[in-house]
Amino acid sequence: MNSLVIAGLLLVLLGLAYQSGWSRSRGLSTANGVKVHSRPQYHGSYVAIWTLVPALIIIALWAWLGDGITHNFIVSQIPVETVQSLDQVGLNATIARIRSLATGYGVAGEILPYEQTAGDALRSFQFITFLIVVVAAAVAGIVALLYARGRITARLRARNAVERVINIALLACSAVAILTTVGIVASLVSEAYKFFTFIHPLDFFFGTVWNPSFSSTGGAAHGQYGLLPLLVGTLMITLIAMLVAVPVGLMAAIYLSQYAHHSFRAVAKPIIEILAGIPTIVFGFFALVTVGPFLRDFGSLVGLDIKATSALTAGIVMGIMIIPFVSSLSDDILNQVPRTLRDGAYGLGATKSETIRNVLLPAALPGIVGAFLLAVSRAVGETMIVVLAAGNSPVLRGNPFEPVATITVSIVNQLTGDSDFAGPQSLVAFALGLTLFVITLCLNVFALYIVRRFREQYE
Amino acid sequence: MDMLAGKVKMTQQSVNTAMNPADALERPIRLTARDVTVHYGAKQALHGISIDIPDRAVTSFIGPSGCGKSTFLRCINRMNDTIEGARVGGTIKLDGEDIYDPSLDVVELRARIGMVFQKPNPFPKSIYENVAYGPKIHGLARSKTDMDEIVVSSLRKAGLFEEVKDRLNEPGTGLSGGQQQRLCIARAIAVGPEVILMDEPCSALDPIATAIIEELIDELRENYTIVIVTHSMQQAARVSQRTAFFHLGNLIEEGVTEDIFTNPVNKQTQDYIMGRIG
Repeated sequence: MNSLVIAGLLLVLLGLAYQSGWSRSRGLSTANGVKVHSRPQYHGSYVAIWTLVPALIIIALWAWLGDGITHNFIVSQIPVETVQSLDQVGLNATIARIRSLATGYGVAGEILPYEQTAGDALRSFQFITFLIVVVAAAVAGIVALLYARGRITARLRARNAVERVINIALLACSAVAILTTVGIVASLVSEAYKFFTFIHPLDFFFGTVWNPSFSSTGGAAHGQYGLLPLLVGTLMITLIAMLVAVPVGLMAAIYLSQYAHHSFRAVAKPIIEILAGIPTIVFGFFALVTVGPFLRDFGSLVGLDIKATSALTAGIVMGIMIIPFVSSLSDDILNQVPRTLRDGAYGLGATKSETIRNVLLPAALPGIVGAFLLAVSRAVGETMIVVLAAGNSPVLRGNPFEPVATITVSIVNQLTGDSDFAGPQSLVAFALGLTLFVITLCLNVFALYIVRRFREQYE
Repeated sequence: MDMLAGKVKMTQQSVNTAMNPADALERPIRLTARDVTVHYGAKQALHGISIDIPDRAVTSFIGPSGCGKSTFLRCINRMNDTIEGARVGGTIKLDGEDIYDPSLDVVELRARIGMVFQKPNPFPKSIYENVAYGPKIHGLARSKTDMDEIVVSSLRKAGLFEEVKDRLNEPGTGLSGGQQQRLCIARAIAVGPEVILMDEPCSALDPIATAIIEELIDELRENYTIVIVTHSMQQAARVSQRTAFFHLGNLIEEGVTEDIFTNPVNKQTQDYIMGRIG
């Protein structure tokens, strides 16, 4: 409700300001040969920005400080001796009760008289502060509007000012993305550092046993945190997935881009891309219920001991999941190879498959390799399929028919359930996350480097 | 048909009395096209083209953009097959054999009729492999020495060997534009074609590279039947013995180059040559 009122207020202010700047601009006299610098819509936007910024600043200030002020107000409403008798948790509980009373939802248990009065007082306090904020925002906006409107003259460079604001807004948006990445990496690094104060990095990166003990009774009994079983499991599943996805995806891309009639292509391409839209949990389910049992039965038929949940199951299903990714990227890359190259080969009397094998694929190879690396980094980070279908057995072995565990699965295991972020049992998740991040980062950088080199060749 | 034959005869007479008696005209006819039409989807790009192309001479197709000259050129080695929605009608015969006969193998045809494109399009391979590619897919070389021989002689014929002999293993895409185009000519020659089609081979090149290619075309004419599409009338006048003028999908006039440029019969040809259309 409150936010709706504020949004409505801002919209009305915005409209008013734009209109006012626009009409003012239209009224500018150009009689004595002075040319109006900016078009009316820039004057409108100029006034609108001037109006919106002070109003937004006041609302943002309230959003930032308002909670603390309200908190202090509530505490001031509770009798002093009660405050002193309560510990921090109890005080917070009381404050929460008073807040609920103020909203009118009611609370469990008996309502103490001071709680009731505090709730009532809070309600009127909230109403009044809200009114103050809204009025202050509106007044600030209108004052700014009048000021900005007064500034409009024929030579005012409103266009440049508006463009600068747009520039800053765009910069801020990209800064959000960059800062988020930086923040995530920083938190990964600092938490991983804490983990390494418990476990020596050498024991982590080169340890061959993964056995994090949850019984954190004894200070020394942290368990063993060897990365290698998880890394091997991850790489094995990724390898199997690529063995499935690369040939199938690439052949599909070649067929679609070179052989298929365009009406078939128009139907088939979206259908393949739908595969990419299936949630990975559904793939995991499919792996667990259908593919795993099928592989086990097939294995017993040919005399192989294949477990229903194994690296093979997870790898195959993950490969199927990545097919559209590979085929769609490869298709784009094959289509980027200039037509003149294909013509050149045909002109020499090369057949279609000769042209594809000897000219098209070599020319597209760097791009296709880039696509594959992007697909690998997806497979490395994939979680749901592996959680369900890989069996979660963090033992170092090379047999793909046995259950394995991956880095992602172990992160899930370490963080789900009751976890205490002081011990290595949970902190190891950050070290694993950091490892995963570094692996995918390297793959992505390498892939982008290759893709860029490919682009330079033909543009 | 009769009219056309009459015209050919007429131009022969005029040339016999004019300054260029030696060339082109006593040569046997290599390619014959009759009533060739091309549709791209619903749009008709060529309206019944009939022309005879003589052996071991340069025939140039001129005309404004979109007149159908490149389209017709691409009919001769069936490159239009690779364009979706293109339909070709009429007949084109190479040495009396219909090239649109369903039983004809298009791969074999393209080995006999080579093509050089507007934009130099070397494969992203080494210079050597670029030239060796055609002979390799057609199985023309029995041994590595055979192949070396083909590559070297093709590069020599294309006038490129001296410039690249020390870097045959470097990528063909690293050459200059004019060298790339000569590499493409060498690549076409390596297959041992009888006819070479050139689709505006100099339009992406600077004047010096153009002059080198034109000189090369003049040399190649001794061994190959050459058909060249060009935007430049000067180029047509310099390199070709016969010229055909296309306009709006029709063949307007065709004859000995000298005549077309000095004494065109058709008003449209005259306008084009005087720079009034196009």
